[in-house]
Amino acid sequence: MADCKESKIDIRGTGVHLRRGGSGEPMLFLHGASGVAGWIPTFQALSEYHDLMVPDHPTYGLSDEPDWLDNMDDLAMFYLDFLDRMDLDGVHLVGNSLGGWLAMEIAVRNCTRLKSLTLVGAAGIRIAGKPIADIFMMDPDDLVREIFVDQSFADNILNMEMTEELMDVQIRNRVATARLGWQPRLFNPNLRKWLHRITVPTHVIWGDADKIVDPAYAAEFGRIIVGSEVTMIEKAGHLPHVEKPETFVAAVSGFIKAKAA
Amino acid sequence: MFHLMPYAGLDMKERDRHKSAWVTLPNSLYDPEVGHELYNRYLDELELAAELGFDGVAINEHHQNAYGLMPSPVVMASSLARRTEGCKLAILGNAFALREHPLTLAEEHAMIDCITGGRLITGFVRGIGAEFYSMAANPTLSHERHMEAHDLVIRAWTEKGPFAFEGKHYHFEYVNMWPRPYQEPHPPIWCPSLGSTETIEWAAHPDRRYVYAQNYSAFTNVCKFLDQYREVAATQYGYNASSEQIAWTAPVYVAETDEQAVAEATEHMETLFNKFLYLPFEKLFPPGYLSMHSYKRVAAHKKNVLGGAKMETLMETGVVIVGSPETVRRRIAECHEVLGFGTFVSLLQFGTLPADKTERNIRLFAEEVLPAIQPLSDREYRGFEPATAAAE
Amino acid sequence: MKVFAFHLMPYGALDMSYAEEYSSVWLKLPNSYFDPKVGHELYNRYLDELELCASLGFDGVSVNEHHQNAYGLMPSPVVTAAALARKTAHCKIAILGNAFALREHPLTLAEEHAMIDNITGGRLITGMVRGVGCEYFSMGVNPAFSLERHIEAHDLVVRAWTETGPFAFEGKHYHFEYVNMWPRPYQDPHPPIWCPSQGSTETIEWAAHPDRKYTYLQAYSAFDSVLRYLNLYRSVAEVKYGYTASSSQIAWSVPVYCAETDEKAVEEVRPHIESLFNTFLPKISQSMFVPPGYMTATSMKKIFAHKAALRGGQKVDDLIARGVIVVGSPDTVRKILIERHRQAGFEHVLIMPQFGTLPADLTEKNLRLLGADVVPALQALDENNYAGFEPAVAAE
Repeated sequence: MADCKESKIDIRGTGVHLRRGGSGEPMLFLHGASGVAGWIPTFQALSEYHDLMVPDHPTYGLSDEPDWLDNMDDLAMFYLDFLDRMDLDGVHLVGNSLGGWLAMEIAVRNCTRLKSLTLVGAAGIRIAGKPIADIFMMDPDDLVREIFVDQSFADNILNMEMTEELMDVQIRNRVATARLGWQPRLFNPNLRKWLHRITVPTHVIWGDADKIVDPAYAAEFGRIIVGSEVTMIEKAGHLPHVEKPETFVAAVSGFIKAKAA
Repeated sequence: MFHLMPYAGLDMKERDRHKSAWVTLPNSLYDPEVGHELYNRYLDELELAAELGFDGVAINEHHQNAYGLMPSPVVMASSLARRTEGCKLAILGNAFALREHPLTLAEEHAMIDCITGGRLITGFVRGIGAEFYSMAANPTLSHERHMEAHDLVIRAWTEKGPFAFEGKHYHFEYVNMWPRPYQEPHPPIWCPSLGSTETIEWAAHPDRRYVYAQNYSAFTNVCKFLDQYREVAATQYGYNASSEQIAWTAPVYVAETDEQAVAEATEHMETLFNKFLYLPFEKLFPPGYLSMHSYKRVAAHKKNVLGGAKMETLMETGVVIVGSPETVRRRIAECHEVLGFGTFVSLLQFGTLPADKTERNIRLFAEEVLPAIQPLSDREYRGFEPATAAAE
Repeated sequence: MKVFAFHLMPYGALDMSYAEEYSSVWLKLPNSYFDPKVGHELYNRYLDELELCASLGFDGVSVNEHHQNAYGLMPSPVVTAAALARKTAHCKIAILGNAFALREHPLTLAEEHAMIDNITGGRLITGMVRGVGCEYFSMGVNPAFSLERHIEAHDLVVRAWTETGPFAFEGKHYHFEYVNMWPRPYQDPHPPIWCPSQGSTETIEWAAHPDRKYTYLQAYSAFDSVLRYLNLYRSVAEVKYGYTASSSQIAWSVPVYCAETDEKAVEEVRPHIESLFNTFLPKISQSMFVPPGYMTATSMKKIFAHKAALRGGQKVDDLIARGVIVVGSPDTVRKILIERHRQAGFEHVLIMPQFGTLPADLTEKNLRLLGADVVPALQALDENNYAGFEPAVAAE
C-alpha cells in the first residue's frame, strides 16, 4: 500500500532519506535507536490527517553519514535546519525512544515552528535508580523480545530474512546510537534543566509494559513538562505505535484535536 | 614472560551462575585475603623469571574481571621496577584512549622509565570491548581517540614543553611533562593485537615501525597476521620489516614428559579459555569498536569465537605449546623458522595453574628452553616470501 | 605517636639560572630543564631514602602528587607507592594525596589504590586532595567545579570500595553504568582516608564530619597557623558535630633537619631549605595557583593572609623562629617536637627529611640521626603528653 513517497533530500549538504505521505497539518516523526521499519500501518493511518514525514536520521538507515555528527546537540541543531530548509510551520513533532529524546532537544532550543510535541517511550533523562535498559549490553535477539509484549512482533523480526543491506543498516544504526548515547547512557544530564522551555502542548504516550524505558518515566515527564498529558497504552511495550496502531493513532489525533487544533 | 594475574581463587560454581567473568561478575566473589596472596605470588613469579634470565617480564590492563587482576599494569610495573635488574618491563598494554587524560598514563610510563633507567616497553592498546562498559568510554570513538592519544603522548614525550595540544578529543593548553622519559626519544612502543588490519597497517607505518605482538591465537592466524605485517611493510610502505618488529605470545607449559605436561596443564588451560576469557559477543564487540568490515567478518564467525575450548584442539591448532622441554624447544624453533619473530612472549601461568606447577614451569622453561631459543636469529628464519603471504 | 617520612622528590639538580627567564618552577618551566639521566639517579636515591626510613623504624613512608613542575617529580604517587610496596615490609605507605577529581575517571585511581592495598596486605593510607591550583592548568580541568567534583569523586570511590558491584553511579559529574571493582581493597571497609590541606575551612569541616572522621593533615606552615587549624578541626568536631575528635584524626607535616649541633644544622640546611621556600614552593601570589573558583572567597582571603609570610625571600632563621621548620641537634629537634605535640596533640607527624636541593649525604645523615635519637622518643608519646584541647582558646 505504501502511500508515501521515498526520496533523498538535501539539507545543507547532507542527504536524508525521507518518507512522506498524506496531507494536512505537517507531522514529523523521529525514529528511535533501531530506525524505521518502513511505512507501517500507523504511519498510513496518521497520514489520513497529516502531511507525515518520516526521515532516517543522518547516519541511520539510508541517509548519509556526515562527518559533523558527533552528539545529540549536533542532531538537534540539524533538525532545526531541516525545519528551516523545508520551511515547515505548525509542525506536530512526534518522537519515539531516542527520537523522543531528540524531539525534546529540538523543542527546548526552538519551538517556533512547532505546534505540538508527542513523546513515545522517550529516552533523554535519567531517574536515579531506574536506568534505561542497556540496549548495548543485551543480546540483540533478547532485546527484540524485550521490546514487545506481543511476541509475534518479535518473531516476525527475528525470522526476517537477513540481507546484506539490512545487516549493514542494522550495524550502522547501532553504531550511530552508541555515538549519540553511550555515555552517559541514553540521556543528557542537562536536559531536565531546560524542559520548561517546551511551550507547545505536549503528549506523553507510553506502553504500560515498556521494559526498555520504564513507565515511571511517563509520569516523570508528565510532572516536569508543564501542562503535558500522559496516555498509557495497555499491553504495549516500548513501541506502542507498532504494537497498538489503532489505540495509538486515536490517542495522537485525539490529543491534537483537543489541545492543538 | 607474560602474566595475566587471573583470580585463580574464583569459585567456579558461582562463576557459572554468570555468563562471563567480565564487567558484571559481582566483586563479592573477590576475597582480598586470597588476592593479597595471589598478587604477591604472581609478582614473585615474574621476579623469578627475571632472575632466571628472561629478557623481559610483561603485564597488561583489564578492568572489572577475574581474567586478569590488573586494572593498572602501572602498579605492577612500578612494583617490579626496583625488584628486577637488567630485564625489560613491558606493559602490553595500557589503554591510553580509555582515559579522558592520556597524559596521566604517559607521566606514569615516563616515571617508570626514569626509575628503571630505560627498561620500559610501552604497549598501546585500545582495550577489549568489555572495558568500554566498565570505563564508560564510547566505543564508537575508540579508534580515533586511540590515534589522537598516541599523537598526544608521543608529542608530550618528545617535544619541549609547554605546548598546546589542539585535538578533536583532547585539548590541553599546557603540555609540559615532568619527568620526560629516560629513553631517547621515548620507550619502544608495541602494539599487541588479535590481528586487526587497522592495527597492523598503523604499526607497520614507516613513521612508527612499532613492534606488532600477536596475542595467543591459532597458529595459522599467527602466521597470517605476522606475515601480513611484513607484507604491508614490503608492498604498502616499501621497506623490509625487521624481525625485531615481530612478536608472538603463547601460553606454554613444560613438564618432564609430553604426557605429564598435558595431564598437568589441561584443567588449568581449559579454565583460562572457558571460564576466564569467555565473553558474550555484545560485551566483546560493543557498537563501533570494530569497523563495519571487521565487525561483519567477526559476526559471521560468531558461534565459534570463544568458549568450549578443549586442550587437544588448543594444542592441535597451536594456540598453546605444551610438552617436554624437547617438544617445546622444537615447537618454538619450528615456529621461529617459519615466522622469524624477534620476540617470543611466554604465558607461563594461566587460569588456575597453581604456584608449584607455575614455578616448575618457569624453571624448566628457563633452564631447558630459554638457552635454546635466545640465540635464534634471522639465520634460522627461512625468510619472508611476499607471494606466500599474499596467496593465502 | 606515629612518625612518617614524607618525600616530595624535588628536581634538586635544577639549573638555578632558570630564574633569569621563568618566574616559577611550575607549569611553564620547560621540561628541557629536566635531564632524565639525573632524574633516574634522583628517583632511585629518593626511593632508597624512603626505604631507609622504613628500615630505621619510621611508622610509615609517604608520597604525593604534583604535575608539570620541579617541586615534586611525582605526577603519579601510585608509581612510587607501588615501587615501595614490595621493598618495605611493615610500614604504612601513605599517598598524601592523590587528586581523584582531577580525573574524568576517579575509579582508575581507586583501582590502583585497591591493588596497592592488596599487594601490601593493607598498609595503604589514601589521601584525597584536590590538587594545587596550578594542576587545573596542567590537567585541563575546570577549577570552578573542583570542590563539588572532589566530593562526588570521594562518594564514588568509597561506594566502589565498599559496595558489592555491579551498581550504577548516577552523579552530576560522574556517570557509570557498571561499577564493580576488581580487586576490592584489602582493608575493611577501605584504606584509611586522610585529608591533607593548607587549612581550608571547607576541608576541615568536611573531614571532621562524623560520617567521615578523616585524619586532617596540616601541610607545613608557621606553627601558630598549624595550631590554629588543628584546633579548628577539634573545635568543629566539638561544637559543630558534638563529638570529641581523637588525636588520631590529627596530623602535621614539617621539614626537619638534624645535624650534630644546632649551629652545624643551621649552616648545613640553610641553602637547601631556602631553595625549597624561595625556588620550589608554589607562590600563592601567582594566579596559576589560585585559578577562579578553586576556593571560596573567604578561604582565599584567609589563606592569603597566612601565606603572605611564606612568599619568596625566606631566611632560615626566620623559618625556624616561626616554627615552619624544625632544625637543630637531635636534642633540640626532639625537644621542639615533643613541645609541639604537647601543644597540638597530633597523633601523626610527617617528617620531611629531604627538601629542595638537600644532597644525598646530608639527607642520609639527617635520617640516621632522626632514626636513632628522635623517632623512638616521639613514638613513645601519647595523649598523656598532650596538654589537651580547650575550645575557648581555639575560638580566639
